[in-house]
Amino acid sequence: MALLDVNNLGISFGGLRAVDNFEVHIQKGELYGLIGPNGAGKTTVFNMLTGVYKPTDGIIKLDDKNITGMKTTQINQEGIARTFQNIRLFTKLSVLDNVKAGLHNDYAYSTIAGIFRLPKYYRTEKAMDEKAMELLSVFDLDKEAKLSAGNLPYGKQRKLEIARALATNPKLLLLDEPAAGMNPNETKELMDTIQLIRKKFDMTILLIEHDMKLVSGICERLTVLNFGQVLAQGKTADVLNDPEVIKAYLGE
Amino acid sequence: MKKIKLNRDYLITYGMVILFYIIMTILKGTGNLTSLFSGLLVPICVYSILAVSLNLTVGILGELSLGHAGFMCVGAFSSAFFSMCMKDVITNSFVRFLIALLISAFVAAFFGIIIGIPVLRLRGDYLAIVTLAFGEIIKNIVNILYVGRDSDGMHISIKDSISLGLKDDGKVIINGAQGITGTPHDSNFTIGIILLLITLFVVLNFMHSRSGRAVMAIRDNRIAAESIGINISKYKLMAFSISAALAGIAGCLYAHNLSTLNALPKNFGYNMSIMILVYVVLGGIGNIRGSIIAATILTVLPELLRGFSDYRMLIYSVVLIALMLFNASPGAIEFKEKYSIKRLLSKKTKTKEVQ
Repeated sequence: MALLDVNNLGISFGGLRAVDNFEVHIQKGELYGLIGPNGAGKTTVFNMLTGVYKPTDGIIKLDDKNITGMKTTQINQEGIARTFQNIRLFTKLSVLDNVKAGLHNDYAYSTIAGIFRLPKYYRTEKAMDEKAMELLSVFDLDKEAKLSAGNLPYGKQRKLEIARALATNPKLLLLDEPAAGMNPNETKELMDTIQLIRKKFDMTILLIEHDMKLVSGICERLTVLNFGQVLAQGKTADVLNDPEVIKAYLGE
Repeated sequence: MKKIKLNRDYLITYGMVILFYIIMTILKGTGNLTSLFSGLLVPICVYSILAVSLNLTVGILGELSLGHAGFMCVGAFSSAFFSMCMKDVITNSFVRFLIALLISAFVAAFFGIIIGIPVLRLRGDYLAIVTLAFGEIIKNIVNILYVGRDSDGMHISIKDSISLGLKDDGKVIINGAQGITGTPHDSNFTIGIILLLITLFVVLNFMHSRSGRAVMAIRDNRIAAESIGINISKYKLMAFSISAALAGIAGCLYAHNLSTLNALPKNFGYNMSIMILVYVVLGGIGNIRGSIIAATILTVLPELLRGFSDYRMLIYSVVLIALMLFNASPGAIEFKEKYSIKRLLSKKTKTKEVQ
């Protein structure tokens, strides 16, 4: 049984059919790619999967549970975490606090315990610190833990966003153009990091990407989206050699 | 690169308040404080509490509230009303004041929640507009409210005191525009400082806890906060109602320092709300210590300028503009970083280590 089952997903904005009849089935532990030209509707799909937009029709199932139409917060608690195309960090908080914000639901204590500094506060905060530092060290960010997130260099901000998403302990991780704006070296490093988190956390990953080298390097299967419709789907090598796909990218 | 402030940093804030208290008490004891200035001590505490509590909404939550004086007004009248009713029942002024404080905090928080539930769900400047209206509405309602008590119980009217129809043993408690007269004088400078310290304790500890982190995450990026499973409405409402409750406490302190309490544009109106916002902006948005310093300076300043009579407000505004320019100038920022208390303290410890 697939971890993520999406069938017949579609959304209309007024008269515009942004995504139509989209379907994808991702197995547990898979690294899946979603590609397509600009404006194909890739991020719209992400926004529907995470509850930012309510799909007009279709069903999204995570681990056989229907999560269609749930709120973003609930969907995260069900087990989908994401990063954003344009980085969205808590810029004025420290790097450590960004990750600790991600631990918000798993490590809970009441506001009263927080204000009056009850023993539970110290106990939970300590556990949070340890867990957060452990995550940061995976991304080689542990030395920057005390810096404010807005002061990090671009590549590290991307990594921090992934670390924050992982802190929510998801079943499925959605990465929206993780390599956007990176140079070839940084992209290479990012590829390694994605492979690493996949192994270390046994994570299922769905990523949107423009960088063909990255996609062909790490994704096992792909879905190609064009004008809101699925153009091709299947093994990476087969899809990239599909004449329809080449036509969509390069023109005739 | 800028490092995030350490928790140790707020010990300086507590220390500053306690130091201020000690100096003022000594000056008062030795008779070096003019009666004008010693009359300002409680207002300084009131406005500092208001500034800190508004900073929770503006600086930590990142929403603009223009009706903070409204929450103060609600707290002031509810607690003064309670104290008037219980003047003869609870004779211990400390216990009475303590209950009055709790009532003012609860009533103000209640109004905060009522306003917050619909408005905090919206984005943009709606909160500013609604709180602005709330402040004015509360002030005007209080001005037409007549409440009296006799052996039959409470009587309420919105016309005048005669239509209350009180018996001979009755007494008018809230007398419309004349407000409440004869509130017991239960607060003093010491209580004010204690309340300010409690406010600081609540706000600073809230900031550095799980809930505070969630609130600041929402301020920095609402969409990202939602995506990591933080309940936006809940935490916005929590921060806003705590802020309102603290403003209510300030109102209670204010009411029990005066024998006559009435809602004028000057003390509970729009101007007051803006004044509190000025304390916050001048002290630095999100900077709790700055709020206290700004509130203190701007409370004392008009009194110091009394000698200039007609030109008082002119000079006041010039000083205000000069302070804002000074605060934002690169030279002043560099100076502050070079000679900050924290830096000087850490330098001292370093030299000690060398020795």
